[in-house]
Amino acid sequence: MDSRVAVEGKTSCYHCGDECPDNSIQIEEKNFCCSGCKTVYEILSENDLCAYYDLESAPGATQKKPSTALFDFLDNDSIKTDLLEYADDDFEKASFLVPNIHCSSCIWLLEHLSRINPAVVNSQVNFGKRTLSVQYKAKELTLRQVAEMLDRIGYTPVFSLDSQQEKKSPFSSFNKTLLIKMGIAGFCFGNVMLLSFPDYLGITSYEEQYQDFFRWLNVLLALPVVLYSGNEYFISAFKSLKQRFANIDVPIALGISALFFRSTYEVVAGVGSGYFDSLVGLVFFLLIGKWFQNKTYEAMSFDRDYKSYFPLATLVKVDNQFKPIPVKELKKGDEVLIRNGELLPADSILIDDSGHFDFSFVTGESDAVRKNKGQYVYAGGRLVGKQAKLIIQKTVSQSYLTELWNDQAFQNDDNQVSLVDRISQYFTIIIIAIAAISAFVWQQIDPSNTWLVFCSVLIIACPCALALSTPFTLGSIQRAFGRNRFYLKNAQVIEKLQGINRIVFDKTGTITETAQQSTVFEGDELSEEEKHLIAAAISSSTHPLSRYIKAFLSTDAGVYHIESYNEIPGKGIQSVVSGVSIQLGSAQFLNLNRDSAKEGTTVYLKIGDKYRGVFILKNQYRQGLKQLVSKLANGFKLSVLSGDNETERANLLRLFPESSSINFNQKPADKLERVRSWQNKGDQVMMLGDGLNDAGALSQAEVGIAVTEDISSFSPACDGILDAKSFGKMDKLVALAKNGRTVVKMSFVLSFIYNIGGLSFAVMGLLTPLVAAILMPLSSISVVVFTTVAINVISQKMNL
Amino acid sequence: MSVILILIITSIVVAVVFLVAFTWAVKSGQYDDTYSPSVRMLFDDKKKSTADADK
Repeated sequence: MDSRVAVEGKTSCYHCGDECPDNSIQIEEKNFCCSGCKTVYEILSENDLCAYYDLESAPGATQKKPSTALFDFLDNDSIKTDLLEYADDDFEKASFLVPNIHCSSCIWLLEHLSRINPAVVNSQVNFGKRTLSVQYKAKELTLRQVAEMLDRIGYTPVFSLDSQQEKKSPFSSFNKTLLIKMGIAGFCFGNVMLLSFPDYLGITSYEEQYQDFFRWLNVLLALPVVLYSGNEYFISAFKSLKQRFANIDVPIALGISALFFRSTYEVVAGVGSGYFDSLVGLVFFLLIGKWFQNKTYEAMSFDRDYKSYFPLATLVKVDNQFKPIPVKELKKGDEVLIRNGELLPADSILIDDSGHFDFSFVTGESDAVRKNKGQYVYAGGRLVGKQAKLIIQKTVSQSYLTELWNDQAFQNDDNQVSLVDRISQYFTIIIIAIAAISAFVWQQIDPSNTWLVFCSVLIIACPCALALSTPFTLGSIQRAFGRNRFYLKNAQVIEKLQGINRIVFDKTGTITETAQQSTVFEGDELSEEEKHLIAAAISSSTHPLSRYIKAFLSTDAGVYHIESYNEIPGKGIQSVVSGVSIQLGSAQFLNLNRDSAKEGTTVYLKIGDKYRGVFILKNQYRQGLKQLVSKLANGFKLSVLSGDNETERANLLRLFPESSSINFNQKPADKLERVRSWQNKGDQVMMLGDGLNDAGALSQAEVGIAVTEDISSFSPACDGILDAKSFGKMDKLVALAKNGRTVVKMSFVLSFIYNIGGLSFAVMGLLTPLVAAILMPLSSISVVVFTTVAINVISQKMNL
Repeated sequence: MSVILILIITSIVVAVVFLVAFTWAVKSGQYDDTYSPSVRMLFDDKKKSTADADK
C-alpha cells in the first residue's frame, strides 16, 4: 500500500511516512510532518536525488527531534587518524557506523553522496554491518564535514569507543573462518561420498586393486575435516570437561572421535572401509546448522546499544581553550567542559557552582540529580541543562562506567544456552551409559557389531535438535516482533513475557497521544519572545508534557540560553533564561490558588513573578486503546499509574474494566514502589511507560517496555521498545510470545521422539552410521523448520 | 597406472582449485555483505541524465 495516500483524512509525511499534524508544511504538493523532514527533502531535491523516494515510499527517518550531534571532535588529529582507514595528501577514506540504514533507498542515497558534494569520490554501504565507507578529496572536505553532511540528510553517523573497537573485533573474521570451514568440509564430504560409492555398490574382483587407494584417499580427506573444520567441537568439549561439566559439544566430540578412530583402524588393519562418509557429512551438517544460527542471531541483534552512546571525545582545556581530545587520552587533573546532553566520560569533580546530571545509564533512574561545586560525579551521567566544567579524577578505563559495563546485569547473558547445557549434562552421561551397555551386550551376542552399535548410539543421540529448538523459536518470535516495530533487548525477554499476568500502563505519553491540536493556552496570548523563553526553559526537560508544550509552541530556544534549571519530578520546572525567571508546573508548585477542575492536564506558567496563564492538554487516548484494553482484560490484571491529578478518572473508568486499579498522583518513586508491591504479591508485571520518566518502574517490572514515537531513542532501563504505531497490537504480541512456549514444548517432544526412535534402532544394531548421520542433521533441520514455520503461521493467523 | 587413478587425481586437483578460489573469495570479503550488491545492480543513473537534459 502506498503510505503517501491520505489515510482517514490525514496525510502522511512524504519523507518519513508519519502522520502530518496539518497540511501547513508543503512543497510541490508534498506534505511533510515537520520542518526537519522538509529540509532533508529540499537538500535531496536540490541535488537531484529524488529517486530516493521512488525506490521505497517514505523511506526517511523522522526529523521531528532534530539531531543534536556535535562533530567538532572529528577535527582532532588523533581521533581522525583512528577513524581514517586510508589517508594521503589527496584522498581520505573513512567508515561510518550509520544505524539508520534500513532499506534500498538508503543504499541508493548514501551511494550517491557525490551528487550532494562532488568532493566525495566514492561511497559504499555495507548493509549487514550498517556501515558506510566514504572516500573523499582531502583538500576539499574534512571528516567532520562528511559527518555533518550525513547528519543533515538524516543519516547521523554514530561514533563511540565501541564502534571503533568493532572494526577490530573478531566478529567478522569469525564468520569468515566458519565459511571456510564449511567450504572445506563440503569439499571433503563430496569427494568422500564419491570414493565410498564402490564400497556400497559392491566391488568386483577386477576393481579390488583400487580398494586400498580409495580407502586411504578417504583417510586423507577426513583429516582436514576432523582437525580443522571440526576443531571447535573438540576445543569446547575439552574446555567444559576441564571444568568438570559436560556441555552440548561433549557428545558431539565423542561421536566424531569414535567414528574417526574406528574408521582409521579399519583401514589400517584392512578389515573394512570405515565410516568416513558419515563422519565428514556429520561435521558438514553441524557446521551448516551453526552458520544458520549465526545468521539468525546477526539479523536479530539490536541496532544500537548503550555502549554506542559513550562519547569519543570531550572538550578539554588546553592553553585556556577548550579543544576536543579523545576520551582515552584523558588524564587525571584535566579540566573538561560538558555540554547539554553530553555524557561524562570519566569520574570527575565538579568545579562549576552546580550541574544537573541524569544517571539513567547507571541507575535506570532518569531524574536529573543536582551536583554542587566540589562534588564527585560518576562517569556515565548525562548533563542536563547548563554546561559545566569538571576535573577528571580517574582515567576512563578505571572509572565506574567501565566497571558497570562488565557488570552481569547489563550483559546479555544467555540463559538458553546454560539451560540446554544443564540438560545436556545428564544427556551425555545417559548416552554414554546406553552406548556402553549396548556395546557390552552386543559383545556377548555378536562382537562384530559392537563398534557399529557404540558409534551409532553416540551419533544418533546428538542433542542438536534439543539445543536448536529454543533459540530458533525465540528468534522467529523476535523477527515477527521486529516486523511489527517491537524491538527487544534480547531473546530472554520473550521468556519473561510468557509469564506475565499483570499489565501496567503509564498514562501520559503511553496511552495518550502527542497531538498538537489538543493543547490550548488560556491567558493572554504569548508573544514570540515569551515563546522562545519558554521553549528554552523546557528544552532540557524530557517529560512528555514538556514535549507537548514544545510542540504546541512550535518554536525553538533561539538565542536564549539557560542560566539555571531545576526540574522537580512530579511538580514542575524552575528555570532562569537570559535573566528571566520561568516557572512551569502544577498550581501548588507555583503557589497559585486555582482550581484544578479543568478538563485535561494543566501546566501553569509564571514568567518573572507574574502568572501568565495555563496550558491545558486534553488527553487524547491512542487509537484502538479501548479495543486493546477489552482484549487484554480477559487474561491479565490491568492497572494505570498516572502522575496527573484525578480529573481523568471518569474517562479512564469508561475505558478500563472495573477490576483494574487506577492510581493518580504517582511520582516516579511511587510507581516503582507500586510495581514492587504487586510483585511481592506474586504478580509478574509488564510495565508500559515512556521510557524516560518511568525508568525506575520499567526496570523494576519483569518486562519494561518503552512506548515511543521515535524508535531510535534508547533507554537502558527497559527491556524493549514498542513503536507507538503498533500500540494497538500489544495483545497479539503478548499472545504470540505465549504461543512460543507451546512451540518450544512441541519441538522438545519432536526431538525426543527422534532420539528415542533412533536410539532404539541403534541399540538393536539396525542402524548403520550412515543412516544415523543422515537422520541426525535431519532431526535438527526438522526442528528448525518446525519452529520457524509454526511461529510464522501463528503470527500470520494473528495478522502480525 | 590405470586411467581411473589419473581421472580421480585430476578431478580432486580441479576440485581443490575451486576450493582455493572459494577460500580466496571468502577472505577477500566477497561474502561480507550479501544484501547491498543485490540492490545496487538495480540502480540506474537514468534519472540524473534526463534531469540534466531538462535543465
